[in-house]
Amino acid sequence: MPRRKSAPPAETPPAAPPHPNPEASAVRGFWSGSLAFGLVSIPVNLITAERTSRVALRMLGPDGTPLKRRFFCSKHNEALESADIVRGYEVEKDRFVVVTDDELKALAPKLSQEIDLTRFVPLDDIDPMHFEHGYFLVPNKKSGKAYRLLARIMEDRRRAGIATFVMRGKQYLVAIIASGGVLRAETLRFADELRSTDDIGVAPSKATDATAVDAFEKQIDALRADALGADELDDTHTQRLLELIEQKRSKGTDVIAASDVRFEDSSGAQIVDLLQYLKDSIAGGAKSAPNERKRPRAADREEAAEKRPAKKRATRDAR
Amino acid sequence: MTARAMWKGVLCVGAMRVPVKLFSAVQDHDIRFRLLHAKDMAPVTQALVDPNTDNVVPFERTQRGYAAPGGDMVVLKADELASLEPEESRDIALTRFLPVGAIDPQWYDRPYFLGPDESDEHYAALTQALERKQVEGVAHWVMRKKAYVGALRVRGGNLLLVSLRHSGEVVPIESLALPSGPPLDPKELAMAQQLMGMLEENFDATAYHDDYRERVLALIESKKAGKKPKLKVVRTKAKTSDLATALAASLRSVKAGAKEDTGAPA
Repeated sequence: MPRRKSAPPAETPPAAPPHPNPEASAVRGFWSGSLAFGLVSIPVNLITAERTSRVALRMLGPDGTPLKRRFFCSKHNEALESADIVRGYEVEKDRFVVVTDDELKALAPKLSQEIDLTRFVPLDDIDPMHFEHGYFLVPNKKSGKAYRLLARIMEDRRRAGIATFVMRGKQYLVAIIASGGVLRAETLRFADELRSTDDIGVAPSKATDATAVDAFEKQIDALRADALGADELDDTHTQRLLELIEQKRSKGTDVIAASDVRFEDSSGAQIVDLLQYLKDSIAGGAKSAPNERKRPRAADREEAAEKRPAKKRATRDAR
Repeated sequence: MTARAMWKGVLCVGAMRVPVKLFSAVQDHDIRFRLLHAKDMAPVTQALVDPNTDNVVPFERTQRGYAAPGGDMVVLKADELASLEPEESRDIALTRFLPVGAIDPQWYDRPYFLGPDESDEHYAALTQALERKQVEGVAHWVMRKKAYVGALRVRGGNLLLVSLRHSGEVVPIESLALPSGPPLDPKELAMAQQLMGMLEENFDATAYHDDYRERVLALIESKKAGKKPKLKVVRTKAKTSDLATALAASLRSVKAGAKEDTGAPA
């Protein structure tokens, strides 16, 4: 895999607004709007249910100073602030059309503020291939009752509400799923975002060998279980990383004392505990969305980048 | 058309081995924007900067650090991080088989199609066995220096491997306090159930299209031609304060709609 160079061209994820601190975009956007169920409107905030990794590693300089990511103009090499930056689409080589957030919102005002539940489908109907990202729906003080009502009837009948909506300049297909009294929004891949086996050229095989089928069935029976093992989803890599960190801390090797860590200005180090926020707000209804998390998440971002297919990175790295 | 496999591995079910090719099942059509410097429309680049000196630090000279509670910084060297990487292997080990649907969708990450590699004799047999037993397998493998766990399923006569998120990557619902309040009103519950019943149908993925993407492209085209887009006023939804009244009105309107349009669910 190509490694990130010191200054790759900055390309936004689909229509993400330019952000002063690119690390902050690691928390996938807060969206405020309403769930519409018939004429019942349930105001909610959308909050990511995912964390990219449990251990956030910082990027440090050779002397251990925590580094900051900064934007530069590729022409004059000057450092830029977020106010200097716009979003553009390359219509031909080196010719860009600027698109603003307001313009993107105005393209679909209703979809930008409402998830209209006009169809409910059996939860098990949805092919797992479609599921992409998970969010929690957080009610506000006033919407608690309608929220609980909707969660209850959907969970009782194992139904998911399907709709599309627009968040941060992109339209999402979404399944609203109730589980444990909490409503989640799972974004789904559109049908044309999935390839078929015909596209790939994998033909279902017809030849069957009864002895082999038998042998596989015996193995399946031997390994049968009702649920995932408790430790099956453990991230052993993260565990080993934490062990290494503990080792170094107890020995005191490669540890820079807090008093010697020259942090950037405090505005960049603010951390909002997402889990605590969710705990508080789902139970009591959100007062307001928390400030975006500003904790630098360089290592997370790299990991996220590595999850993407190579072809995307190649275009990003192309100058 | 035959796509290129992104990886090759071997499914290991007990002593049985099934050589497979892995293909990404996802293709995205996202519109890619670039960040530009507003003043001169030059693309923006990113770099790591020492905040004390404002000097750019090239990637090769960076290190990783873990900020421990209390503020101490533990420096991690490149070779130390490399030593934590999982061992390379072609094996995709099946550790258990669960009833189809036992894994909550919140764990699903990325789907991959598996095709037979070389012989497809065992591929077909495993597909059939999974189908007959109505199970999905739990698979563990290492691909590109990363350890994965996934669900092995049958889809349209083929094997599908969906990678799963690790436990630390999903905020557990069990850790959240439930929204609470007075008991729900049985009448409101009944009306809500009736309303949902009228809106029930089967899931058809092809019924939904990303028409917004087309609108964004059209906006770009018109701006390219020098037109200034008109910004529509964002309308706000009329508020209905009483839940029971809103539910009753919804039921009436869905019923009326169903009478007019026979295509809608009645």
